[in-house]
Amino acid sequence: MNRIESIFSSGRESGRKLLMPFVCGGSPSLDDMRETLPALAEAGASIIEVGIPFSDPIADGPVIAEAMHHALESGVTPRSVMDVVASVRSSLSAGVVAMTSVSIVERMGRDRFVGMLADSGFDGVIFPDAPLEEAGPLAHAAAGRGLTTSLLVAPTTPVERAKQICDECTGFVYVLARAGITGESGGGPTRAIRERIEALRSVTHLPLAVGFGIGSPEHVRTVVSPEAGDADAAIVGTALVRRMNDAGPGNAANAAAAFCSELASGLV
Amino acid sequence: MPETLVAALRELERAYDEAIADDAFHAELDHLLKTFVGRATPLFEAKRLSGLAAERAGKDGAARIWLKREDLAHTGAHKINNTIGQALLTRRMGKRRVIAETGAGQHGVATATACAHLGLDCTVYMGAEDVRRQHLNVVRMKMMGAKVCPVDSGSRTLKDATNEAMRDWMSSVDTTHYILGSVVGPHPFPRIVRDLQACIGREAKEQFAEAMAGEGSKKLLPDCVIACVGGGSNAAGLFYPFIDDASVRIVGVEAGGRGPGLGSHAAPLSHGSPGVLHGSLSYVLQDEDGQTASVHSCSAGLDYPGVGPEHSYWKDVGRVEYIAVDDDQALDSMLLLSRMEGVLPALETAHAVAAAVRIAGEMGADRHIVINCSGRGDKDVDEAARLLRERGEPGFE
Repeated sequence: MNRIESIFSSGRESGRKLLMPFVCGGSPSLDDMRETLPALAEAGASIIEVGIPFSDPIADGPVIAEAMHHALESGVTPRSVMDVVASVRSSLSAGVVAMTSVSIVERMGRDRFVGMLADSGFDGVIFPDAPLEEAGPLAHAAAGRGLTTSLLVAPTTPVERAKQICDECTGFVYVLARAGITGESGGGPTRAIRERIEALRSVTHLPLAVGFGIGSPEHVRTVVSPEAGDADAAIVGTALVRRMNDAGPGNAANAAAAFCSELASGLV
Repeated sequence: MPETLVAALRELERAYDEAIADDAFHAELDHLLKTFVGRATPLFEAKRLSGLAAERAGKDGAARIWLKREDLAHTGAHKINNTIGQALLTRRMGKRRVIAETGAGQHGVATATACAHLGLDCTVYMGAEDVRRQHLNVVRMKMMGAKVCPVDSGSRTLKDATNEAMRDWMSSVDTTHYILGSVVGPHPFPRIVRDLQACIGREAKEQFAEAMAGEGSKKLLPDCVIACVGGGSNAAGLFYPFIDDASVRIVGVEAGGRGPGLGSHAAPLSHGSPGVLHGSLSYVLQDEDGQTASVHSCSAGLDYPGVGPEHSYWKDVGRVEYIAVDDDQALDSMLLLSRMEGVLPALETAHAVAAAVRIAGEMGADRHIVINCSGRGDKDVDEAARLLRERGEPGFE
């Protein structure tokens, strides 16, 4: 069984919800990223999302977009991000999934790109800007190298279409807590997320991970608590990236771990 | 394209299909194009320019050159054809707010104008570098009640303004329509913008045949049509009605900038390769990792790393030739058309003029070329004067 699948399956068996932090690859530096991945796993992260920096991240707010631009300016490439993951993979208990624009995948070549991910120890990949209609070949390529494929379901997605999206996914489905871009503005998740989760449960058995606008232990609780959203996992991106950047090179891993522990308190 | 926008794109496609099946929509659009935009724009013969083309080619005569005068449309460019149509669609969808991206500011001005006319709230995203280069248009937009948001991220030009408009749309999609300004972006935008601009080619065809009939000729079609290509909307508008006319040679002119090296030009069809940008698969300027490359053109409206997917198709099937004209040739041609014909073209348009003069010289005097004179050059005079001063042009020191 793929590592992402087994992490979710053991979580469900034990009634445990998961925390999935997002880090921007190579931000604030590749060295910081190398220290951050194990630190996050120690601090309660079950699966870590690694964003491959992209020049035009239209779904990202200013914090992550700025982190990506900064990483690219300092010479970070998809290859160098993958190399960092490869260097820590053997000592890492957490799952690792890449989040990458299809612009990168299509240019580098689908099979070549997913092959590089698999060889570097990634367990899955999220395609945040792949529309359902174009996702088949991407999912097929990923499956060929044993990687899970996650696509996004938006609040604007009708349930029938959400079912088709879920059917293209493996591992987990990425559920947007709100329309809009990544970031802490626009308010955190509300209890209305439960209705959405219930509707999605009726069309898929895959684990549901909720992201966008999740930035505190309270938000995590709203998303995953059985009394509230009851999703399988909470995804935290901007709030973490901001703390890592504020801490700066050399201190980012410690700041990330401290915040991750804080977030993990929202799981119970 | 992020899933969040898929519902809005579907809604737009539905609204557009319903609109074009509705006679009342066409009646209102045509009325506005006639009485507000000033269509039909004239087809004007540039006789002295043709004479110069012959002289340069060392021949007795060159092809006759005709200008489709989109620079005479309200707001000074073809962009208004699209914004009036999409503003009407906005109203049909029951939305009250419009956002747009702009490079040279012509699309921003045209959007602000259409919104003012139809009572819609308007926000325009514009790269900070373009705000500097195209200050006149920033003021025009503000005069018309639009909010102009300078974009400081990335290269601070059109691509980044497009990113920011899409980010806005992701959060405001229920109440807001995004009036995209070119034949780029996700479906159905390339189709809608092409259709709304196709009045250029339809009129040109009709006007050309009329002009020929006036001379007692039975000639119906020009031998060649030429337009500049950034995203490609003025070109698509001129080309589309001629695509099935096999006798018509079609030439698109990209921004060659300072030369063919990546980062020095904005010519994805000439120097790029297929890739995904802003929701379509098309020729694009990217590095080997799929990161969008930086682009350069003296003209802010051509300064975009991608191009409409239909242009890529026309290139691949061999229907349209795409060539590049560099900054210096464009500047020369801006002066040339101004001095030979009393028409001061936009720097974008000047790229097409440069190509047309060369091609006219290669053709016989019984041949005809139609150039899309896509916009007027007032917006460019400060930037052009700066560049002319830089290269020591007499009179501009």
